[in-house]
Amino acid sequence: MERYLSAYFQDEENLLRAAKDLKENQISILEVFTPFPVHGLDQVLNYKRSRIPTIGFIAGAIGAILAFGFQTWAFVYDYPLFVGGKPNFAIPSFIPITFEITVLFAAFGMVFAFLIKSNLGPGSNNKIYDERITDDRFLILIDYSEETETKIKEILEKEEAQDVRVKENKM
Amino acid sequence: MYVSPIREPLITGKKTYKKITDEISAPIEGKAGKAWYLGITLTLAALFLGLAMMGITIWEGIGTWGLNKTIGWGWGITNFVWWVGIGHAGTFISAILLLFRQKWRTSINRSAEAMTLFAVMCAGLFPLIHMGRPLLAFFVFPYPNTRDLWVNFNSPLLWDVFAISTYFTVSLLFWYVGLIPDIGTIRDRVKSKMKKWIYGFLSFGWTGSAKHWQRHESISLILAGLAAPLVLSVHSIVSTDFATSVIPGWHTTIFPPYFVAGAIFSGFAMVQTLLIITRKVLNLENYITVGHIESMNKVIIATGSIVGIAYITELFIAWYSGVEYEQYAFLNRATGPYWWAYWIMMTCNVISPQLMWFKKLRRNLIFTFVLSIFINIGMWFERFVIIVTSLHRDYLPSSWSMYEPTMVEVGIFIGTLGLFFTMFLLFIRVFPVIAIAEVKSVLKSSGDQNQKTKKS
Repeated sequence: MERYLSAYFQDEENLLRAAKDLKENQISILEVFTPFPVHGLDQVLNYKRSRIPTIGFIAGAIGAILAFGFQTWAFVYDYPLFVGGKPNFAIPSFIPITFEITVLFAAFGMVFAFLIKSNLGPGSNNKIYDERITDDRFLILIDYSEETETKIKEILEKEEAQDVRVKENKM
Repeated sequence: MYVSPIREPLITGKKTYKKITDEISAPIEGKAGKAWYLGITLTLAALFLGLAMMGITIWEGIGTWGLNKTIGWGWGITNFVWWVGIGHAGTFISAILLLFRQKWRTSINRSAEAMTLFAVMCAGLFPLIHMGRPLLAFFVFPYPNTRDLWVNFNSPLLWDVFAISTYFTVSLLFWYVGLIPDIGTIRDRVKSKMKKWIYGFLSFGWTGSAKHWQRHESISLILAGLAAPLVLSVHSIVSTDFATSVIPGWHTTIFPPYFVAGAIFSGFAMVQTLLIITRKVLNLENYITVGHIESMNKVIIATGSIVGIAYITELFIAWYSGVEYEQYAFLNRATGPYWWAYWIMMTCNVISPQLMWFKKLRRNLIFTFVLSIFINIGMWFERFVIIVTSLHRDYLPSSWSMYEPTMVEVGIFIGTLGLFFTMFLLFIRVFPVIAIAEVKSVLKSSGDQNQKTKKS
C-alpha cells in the first residue's frame, strides 16, 4: 500500500512553480497530468529527452535500405530488362520510391514506439485519475510521507492548489 | 509573457481553458441542425449519383467516357490532380507551419488535415476507376506473381502509387496522433455509456500524463519534419507523370515546383471555402478569426504569384527554346479551340489572387469566399488545360481531335464532391474541428485577454 497526495492547479504557471519547489526540497513527484503540453515541465521533472526521434531515424533507415535494395534486386538481378539501352541500375529513378518508403517506415516506427511506450492503443485501460484533467485542471501526484507533509502543504498552499488529498493506492 | 503589441490576438472573446473545451466540443454534443441535415442530404445525393456513374463505368467500360485515341486522359486525370492538390494545404498547415512555429496554425490544422485525407480519398478513386478493371488494381503493387514480372520502378506512374499511398497513410497517422488527446477530452465529457465506450476506445486510453505529452510533442515535431518534404514530393511526383513524357507542353522541368505551388494555392482556397462556412455555422468565430482568414489569404497571394510566374515562364521558355512544336503547343493553348479554358485559368489563377494585396479585401469574408471558389475553378482548369490541350493536337494532324466529357464523367466528378463534403459533414459531428489542446497551449501567448495593445 502506497500513500500519495493529489492536488489540482488551475494554471500551468502555478503547477510549474510548485513542481520546481517540490523538486528543490527533494520531494518526489509521482505523476503530473495536464490538459495540454506544458513547456518546461519535462525539465523540472528531470525527464530524459524522448528517444522517439532516434527510433524514427532507425526505422527510416531500414525503410530506405529495403526500398532501394528491393528495387535494385528486382531490376538488376531478378529480372533485368533491356529497354532502349537504358541502365538497369537506374539510381535516380529509384529515389522517389526509396524516399516514400523511408518516410512511411519512419512514421510507423515512431507511432508504434509512442503508443507502446506510453501504453496507449485501442482497448488500452489506463487509469484516468480525474475527468477534469483533459479539460482545465492540472493534477499533480506527490509521494507522501509524514516528515515532508508540512513542507508539501506549504508549497501547495502558496501556489493555490485545490483539493489537496492524501490517497492510498497501489500505484 | 511578453507579446508584441502588433501581434493580432489569435483567440478572441477572453477565453478560459474551460470555455475552450466547452465551445469546441459543443458541435459534437449538441443536436445537428436543419442546415446539417439539408447539407448531408445534398452531398449524399451527389455521392450516390457518382457511385451510379462509377457503376456504369465499371460495368460498361471506359468507352462510356468521352476519351478517344488521341485524348486518353480527360476529366479523370484532371480531377485526380485537382483533388491531390487540394489535399496539400492540410499538410502544409499542420507540418510546414508547425516547423515555422506559426501559432495561427493551431485553429485550422485539424480541419485542414481532415480535408487532406478526404481529398486524397477522392483523388485515389480516379486512377482506380480509370484502370477500367478496379478489381485488378492490386497489379500496381510489386508482389510475387505467377507472371514472374515486377512493376516498372522507372515509371512515374508507379512512383505515384507509392507517393499517394504513403501520403495518405502518413497524413492519417499524423492526424490521428494529434486527435488522441482531444478524443480523450470528448471521452471525459460525454454522458452516455455507449459514447463513452466508443470515445474511450478511440482515445487509446489517453491520460494526459506529462511523460506522454513529452513524447507526443516529440513525435508531432518529427512527423511534421517528415510530412513537410513528403507533401512537396507528392505533387512533384504527380508532375513527373507529365514532365517525363515527350508531349510538347508537358515536357518541362518547371513542373515540380510549379505543381507544388499550385497545389498549396488550390488547397488553401478550399480551406477558405470550407472554414468560412464552418466557423459561422459552428460558432467558432473566436477561434478562426478574421486574422486567420487574412493569414491564409497571404499564403494564397504568395503561392498564386508563384503559379502566375510559372505560367509566364512557360510561355517565355516556349518562345526562347526555338522549338516550333513547343511554341505551337503554347500558342494553341491560348488561341486554339480550348482558348476559353486557358483564359478562365489565367483570369482565376493569375489576376484574381492579386486583388488580395488590398488589406480591405483580404479581411473581407464574402470577398474571400467568392475568390476561393474562383481559385478552385481556376486550378481545376489549369489541370484540364495542361492535359487536354497538350493531347488534342497529336503528332499527326490526321489524329487531331477534340474532347468532351460525357455525363458519366461529370457524374463521377460530382460524386467525389459529394464524397468530400459528406465526409467533412460527418467529421464535424464526431471529432473536434479545432485542436483543443493545441489552442489551449497558445491561449496564454495569443489570447486577447493577455494583450495590452491590440488591433480590433
